[in-house]
Amino acid sequence: MTTAILNTAANVSLPSDTEVRVLRDFKAPRTLVWDAHTKPELVRRWMLGPPGWSMPVCDMDVRPGGKYRWRWRSDENGAEFGFFGEFREVDAPARMVHAEHYDPGTMTPDMDTSAPAIIHTTFSEQNGVTTLELVMKFASKEIRDTAVATGMTDGMEMGYKRLDTLFADEHAG
Amino acid sequence: MTPSERLDATFAALADPTRRAILARLAEGEATVAELTLPFAMSQPAISKHLKVLERAGLIITTESGQRRPRTIEAAPLAEANAWLEHYRQLWERRYSALDDLLVQLQTNTPPKSKRKRH
Repeated sequence: MTTAILNTAANVSLPSDTEVRVLRDFKAPRTLVWDAHTKPELVRRWMLGPPGWSMPVCDMDVRPGGKYRWRWRSDENGAEFGFFGEFREVDAPARMVHAEHYDPGTMTPDMDTSAPAIIHTTFSEQNGVTTLELVMKFASKEIRDTAVATGMTDGMEMGYKRLDTLFADEHAG
Repeated sequence: MTPSERLDATFAALADPTRRAILARLAEGEATVAELTLPFAMSQPAISKHLKVLERAGLIITTESGQRRPRTIEAAPLAEANAWLEHYRQLWERRYSALDDLLVQLQTNTPPKSKRKRH
């Protein structure tokens, strides 16, 4: 049981047509939350893929201009996908900005992956509680919506479905 | 409207604080334009304009009740919009819940305990 602190459940909102914002509080000093976001051996312990997927690749060179690469693999059929990109700003332990490209791996890409998402992550601490804010800015509304809809399948083994097909059943013409 | 256009219309309608306040009022029960205008420092035509946006997005409907034409809230599009974001939220929450556990371990150096079962 966690004791009562504010955003102990992730708060997700859409500040604009192309952005997604995630807010979450952690009962830990921000240096620790920062480490958990920047040390590969820690990142792979929580940056989970869909259930039944492991994270065989987690390479991160956390400095401005440094690259990173994450990949998840299905234990069942070996399918893979991931993300890669570079760190643009690194200001430990307060803030980082990174560019993120989707790596379809063995999956069929169903969105334009040419332009990266720009992700601003800020870590602020008050009374031993660290508030993490993630603002993801996508190249277009369509890409943002697809990225959010992907979370909806909660299992990318199903492929990157378009919102249209997700709701197609309900749409009777 | 395609389903994704419908979601767009829902989110566009929800982007305005007056429209969210109108929906909050209607969530408590039906109300006429005049009744909806009362709590706002706005003219009735301005409120009517907001109601049109909400109606186009399918978030409210106009019912006939004798002389009155009260608006009522339509739950389905809101539920759909919530579901869309909610599943995305759960994806992050699954990760952050694992991060909670990791942070506890890092602070106490105790061996991992798998107290949470997520789906």
